[in-house]
Amino acid sequence: MARKLLKAYVSKNQLMFGEKTMRKTKSIALGIALAVGTFTASGAMAATTLENVKEKGHLQCGVTTGLPGFSQPDEKGNWTGIDVDTCRAVAAAIFGDASAVEFTPLTAKERFTALQSGEIDMLSRNTTWTLTRDASLGLNFAGVNYYDGQGFLINKDIGVDDALQLDGASICIQAGTTTELNLSDYFRAKGMEFKPIVFDTSEQTVQGFSAGRCDVLTSDRSQLAALRSKLSDPSAAKILPNTISKEPLGPVVRQGDDQWFNIVKWVLSVQINAEELGVTSANADDMLKSDNPNIQRLLGTDGDMGAKLGLPDDFGHKVVKLVGNYGEMYDRNVGPDTPLGLDRGINALWTDGGIMYAPPVR
Amino acid sequence: MAESTMKPPKKALSPVKWMREHLFSTWYNALLTLAVGYLLVTSVGPLLNWLLFEANFQGQDASDCTGAGACWLFISQRLNFFIYGFYPDELQWRVDAMFLLLAIAFVPQFIERFPGRKWLGIFGMTGLPIIGYFLIPGGTFGLEVVESTKWGGLMLTLILAYIGILASLPIGILLALGRRSEMPIIRGLSVVFIEVWRAVPLITVLFMASVMLPLFLPEGVNFEKLARALIGITLWQSAYMAEVIRGGLQAIPRGQYEAADALGLGYWRKMGLVILPQALKMVIPGIVNTFISLFKDTTLVLIIGLFDVLGTVQSTVTDPAWQNVAIEGYVFVAFCFWVFCFGISRYSQNLERKLDTGHKT
Amino acid sequence: MKKQTIDSRPAGPKPWYDPRVRSLFFQVVAIALVFWAGWTLVENTLANMESRGISTGFGFLDETAGFGIIMSLIPYDATMTYGRTFWVGLTNTLLVSAMGIVAATILGFIIGVARLSSNWLVAKVSLVYIEVIRNIPLLLQIFFWYFAVLGALPSPRQSIDVGGTMFLNNRGLYVPEPLTQDGFGLVWWALAIAIAAVVGIRIWAKKRQLATGQIFPTFKVGVALLVLLPAIAYFAAGSPLEWEVPALKGFNFGGGITIIPELAALWVALSLYTGSFIAEIVRSGILSVSKGQTEAAKALGLPNGLTLRLVVIPQAMRVIIPPLTSQYLNLAKNSSLATAIGYPDLVAVFMGTTLNQTGQAVEVVAITMAVYLTISLSISLFMNIYNRAVAIKER
Repeated sequence: MARKLLKAYVSKNQLMFGEKTMRKTKSIALGIALAVGTFTASGAMAATTLENVKEKGHLQCGVTTGLPGFSQPDEKGNWTGIDVDTCRAVAAAIFGDASAVEFTPLTAKERFTALQSGEIDMLSRNTTWTLTRDASLGLNFAGVNYYDGQGFLINKDIGVDDALQLDGASICIQAGTTTELNLSDYFRAKGMEFKPIVFDTSEQTVQGFSAGRCDVLTSDRSQLAALRSKLSDPSAAKILPNTISKEPLGPVVRQGDDQWFNIVKWVLSVQINAEELGVTSANADDMLKSDNPNIQRLLGTDGDMGAKLGLPDDFGHKVVKLVGNYGEMYDRNVGPDTPLGLDRGINALWTDGGIMYAPPVR
Repeated sequence: MAESTMKPPKKALSPVKWMREHLFSTWYNALLTLAVGYLLVTSVGPLLNWLLFEANFQGQDASDCTGAGACWLFISQRLNFFIYGFYPDELQWRVDAMFLLLAIAFVPQFIERFPGRKWLGIFGMTGLPIIGYFLIPGGTFGLEVVESTKWGGLMLTLILAYIGILASLPIGILLALGRRSEMPIIRGLSVVFIEVWRAVPLITVLFMASVMLPLFLPEGVNFEKLARALIGITLWQSAYMAEVIRGGLQAIPRGQYEAADALGLGYWRKMGLVILPQALKMVIPGIVNTFISLFKDTTLVLIIGLFDVLGTVQSTVTDPAWQNVAIEGYVFVAFCFWVFCFGISRYSQNLERKLDTGHKT
Repeated sequence: MKKQTIDSRPAGPKPWYDPRVRSLFFQVVAIALVFWAGWTLVENTLANMESRGISTGFGFLDETAGFGIIMSLIPYDATMTYGRTFWVGLTNTLLVSAMGIVAATILGFIIGVARLSSNWLVAKVSLVYIEVIRNIPLLLQIFFWYFAVLGALPSPRQSIDVGGTMFLNNRGLYVPEPLTQDGFGLVWWALAIAIAAVVGIRIWAKKRQLATGQIFPTFKVGVALLVLLPAIAYFAAGSPLEWEVPALKGFNFGGGITIIPELAALWVALSLYTGSFIAEIVRSGILSVSKGQTEAAKALGLPNGLTLRLVVIPQAMRVIIPPLTSQYLNLAKNSSLATAIGYPDLVAVFMGTTLNQTGQAVEVVAITMAVYLTISLSISLFMNIYNRAVAIKER
């Protein structure tokens, strides 16, 4: 910009009027072009998302600005969480390198625009799959990596053990989410009243709750566990048993690029299938020698499953080896041994009584 | 205000006399002094206790904080994050270099008679942004690329304010000239642009930049979030800049315009060689003041999810590893801003006094 | 005519050196550029919205909102429309802006005068206040007042009780609400009559002063009228007012008027912040009145109070008003920071939740910006009128 000023200034002194304006317009145009050139993230619109990603050399993935267990940066900007691992798995499938991914932290309000505008290649940001989002926002949900539902976190000392006793309560909510509507619907249906306090980010929501501004904090149950772990005294708060909504969370892509949609969908499916077949990151190399045809297809030792998606044939092996199967991903980020301490519940495999069920790799 | 150049000789007062004159001159002054004094004594003591005497400065983690005073340990442990955001450790020398260059360019501005300080200032406005443009993001001259999503903390705050002010300067000049133009349409357009941008809060502008700008652009073209925020800040700021510069243009006596016209200078030469150099010099304090307010306003970017210095603090105060450190975090940020803004505002006040040629009556 | 002008110039100037031609040319180019840019923007936006399946139009304003809002000056519940949420947000914005402007003005004038006090301690404390507050970002101050003060207040069950009628806790300040009964209309009438009477008396007193030089105590009589007349009407109508006292119900207090902590924190932060700027404006305004003026007034034998009222303040106001206007504008705009702490102002409610749920960013943002433009223009207009009134008429 300063260069522009300098140029404009120099030209002002030297040139005749007509030429001058032309030069100046030129230098401004140049400046703008420079700026555009510098900051443009995606290339021409003709290329497919996969080609774009390959050209860039990394996957651009939209995540939260910080939600333990799902996507959380440490102070060095290393991201961890189940949503983050979902992105890493896609990067592993494309590049054979789980670190070829850059994360864009997004607030709830911005997430869809960022995806629609091509700023990010996929959105893995704790996002609920709903009809409206699928149909009218131009998005596709590529599966579900966590089945969730909205619940309530309360301070133990208010002495409530069911959501039906919450009449008249002050409730902290995060803006820009489906929870606001669910909450209103639920309280209206039960003929109860409440006072909503709407915060912009989850940090402020937790701060408001721990400062005692509200009796109840409502959010998806997984988030409640995460937020509870952020409280100064987690044991003073508890999560009510009620679940007032269905919140299937999963990765999202833009409509209109079916190949990319398939890639994201099948990378997740491969992880779920891998758990079902007992393939883990630890034994992925040994499993290459397996004579189970399902495992052979999964790891790419048989057939050309990868090529059909536009990926290397061994993408399944890379995904499981570098990121792990769904169970590992779950246990590492949100499972019972983490600060969140969430049981598998309905997120267990269908063979274990849950509803995690992936179509076969065949 | 006409003041005589000679000051009256200083009266040497004994402390008692001084107090009687300055603190207890009348009964209500005495009452006021006692009331304010009582408030100060009761509040400053515990405040200092908390800030310094009982505060914890040393240790490794949260357990080393006793809780009696402030836990400055939290700040020192996370300082790197607050200053550089996610910028990789081994590449932080690049940011440090920029900090150093910024200091070299601008600190001498505070020191009168520093040799070549004018040139340093010009370098700070022209050469330095170019260096920063290559140094901070990397990607050229064999420098490793650092994505803008990894920038954060104090560094991001400075980038936003610095680029915002630099970029808005030329646009502001054009707008100010436009508003003073004799062409009704140009003037009308400038007025509308300036007034609309000045009327809307920055938060709406940032929101528009982060959410709506992608809608305005043709498909396939898009900017990173930081760039979008910068575009919004620049447009918004240029409206304020235009008003500051217009003040300078208006203050130039008509005779200067007429003299330039009489010399047969065209519009751009008249402005570029005669009017603007005088006007800009006159409005430097105004520009510095807009910089201060922009600097403070950059904290709003945390609302669109950028990690500026307040954003980094805000995101760590909820860290379960540290308990109840919110106040310490806020005090730290407040202190950072205060040092910058107070220093710069002192500078601009000095300048104002120096530039005040005493024409006003 | 034309020929003459051209002939009068010996070198035969080309038409593009004619300033009028040039100015016409540039204006046409400017118009063309603006239209082209505007057209491209609209084109792009429409194309993008269509390809992303975002609906357009203002029909969404009539749809059911379905979400709750904690504070509303007009009746609102979740079954009302998005259009209603706009009015709720707008009234909340106007409320906090108006409260902030009043408080910041009072505070600013007090501190500004204190800064010039002959009392050393008071002057220095004011100086420290100004320099500390105005050099710290407002957003940070809002966070501080909200989270720090909130944490210090007790929970509803341990509320601070003021005489059994007012309660203070971390959910807000609860005060009794006056409920007007039948017959309260009489009081309003009495108030209206009192105001009319005061205006009449003032006009009469001025006339009399001009004619005879006698001063009538308009102020004292006015206050007495304004207080006494409605009071008499109130008791004559049989005290038609009942107070609804807040009481603890379940988790929270019910009944009465609640001042939520979000409003309080925002109000305090806005007033303190803007007040520090106003203080500086007031100080320089008072300093701008030269000492000769005060001395001249003294020489005329005016007492101190009248000197201040008739000589110093009118002249200081002339300097104070323009920057004061821009501080008011800043305050109104800064009230949008409410969204950071959950006060339901226009930006938080309408540009926040409503926009999120309808997805109609362009319409919502356009409406919001239009509102702020209107607020800014009306404050400017009002202050310009006032400025004209206080400006010293130059002869």
